[in-house]
Amino acid sequence: MSKFKKKKGGESPAINTASLPDIVFMLLFFFMVATVMRDSTLLIVNKLPAADQIEKLDKKDRVMYIYAGKPSSRYIDKYGSTARIQLNDKFATVSEVGAFILAERASKRQELQNVLTTALKVDSETKMGLIQDIKQELRKVSALKINYTTRVGDYTQNIN
Amino acid sequence: MAKRSAPEVNAGSMADIAFLLLIFFLVTTTIETDSGLNRKLPPMEDQVDPPIIRQKNIFTVLVSKNDQLLVEEELADIKDLRSLAVEFLDNGGGVGDETCDYCQGKRDEASSDNPDKAIISLKSDRETSYKIYIAVQNELVAAYNELRNREFLRLNPNLGSNYVDAQKKYDDPRTSEADREELKPKLDFVKKMYPQKLSEAESTSKSS
Repeated sequence: MSKFKKKKGGESPAINTASLPDIVFMLLFFFMVATVMRDSTLLIVNKLPAADQIEKLDKKDRVMYIYAGKPSSRYIDKYGSTARIQLNDKFATVSEVGAFILAERASKRQELQNVLTTALKVDSETKMGLIQDIKQELRKVSALKINYTTRVGDYTQNIN
Repeated sequence: MAKRSAPEVNAGSMADIAFLLLIFFLVTTTIETDSGLNRKLPPMEDQVDPPIIRQKNIFTVLVSKNDQLLVEEELADIKDLRSLAVEFLDNGGGVGDETCDYCQGKRDEASSDNPDKAIISLKSDRETSYKIYIAVQNELVAAYNELRNREFLRLNPNLGSNYVDAQKKYDDPRTSEADREELKPKLDFVKKMYPQKLSEAESTSKSS
């Protein structure tokens, strides 16, 4: 009698999937914790430049965001391909920046109004002219603390 | 009455529900970047009489419209910018009241007197691209950090961390209040040794 006789019906047994929900839940919790909901949908291309001498931004309620860059591909027909400023959910001109900052500042709590930072999330392909205009506007409303938001990386990534 | 055992709940669809949620979060997730280079803009009011700054205490960095770098009116590569800036800041050429006793530079008379007087002036053109500008800013901040790290390590050899790490620890909300109290004077002292005087001038050419 051979012990090594092939068993009848050589189908492999079904894989036990009892731990599948656990694995999926684990992933789910990771994403739930890591998710930050964006307040505004981006209408522009926003590939940030890289830098490594960076500091962490202040808490979220002390930051005002200004986005700038070329309109993303589906808005190019409508708005052209020159770099623009985005405030909240819509495109804006340079002259609207001041009013935006004042409105944002007024919406924050009294004790935070003097410690606000303006985060400039500018696409790396933008020309400095636009940024200089924004900075002039910020100076006019004395929002002097700014932060050039960057991603973490070596500066050589910016040069190609 | 006979004890009835509760029927087992069918958990077969649990995985499906979890997958559904998982996919929702996967799609909506945008990992936000919340770090960058902090800068301070000069206030708008024009000073009545601007302080007189000697030319040798100003380190001019100009990024041209073709993204070329001019350091002290000479063409330079961005790779050398950090060491050039360190050399300038750490020069310590002053005498008498303006001596810098912790500087390790060449003490060249034609360069800066001491780190407190040394100003880096960064100019850019309207056509300069933002990424190069950020790269240049990054290197200039790196020069300050390099010097601050050096002094921080020299003054606090037993702390076992450099200036940048200490600052990070200070900013970390998990650091206890007592640790912070201890770190603050040390950080401030080094900050004062090499104050970050980086001026971002307006554009060199006006758009017409």
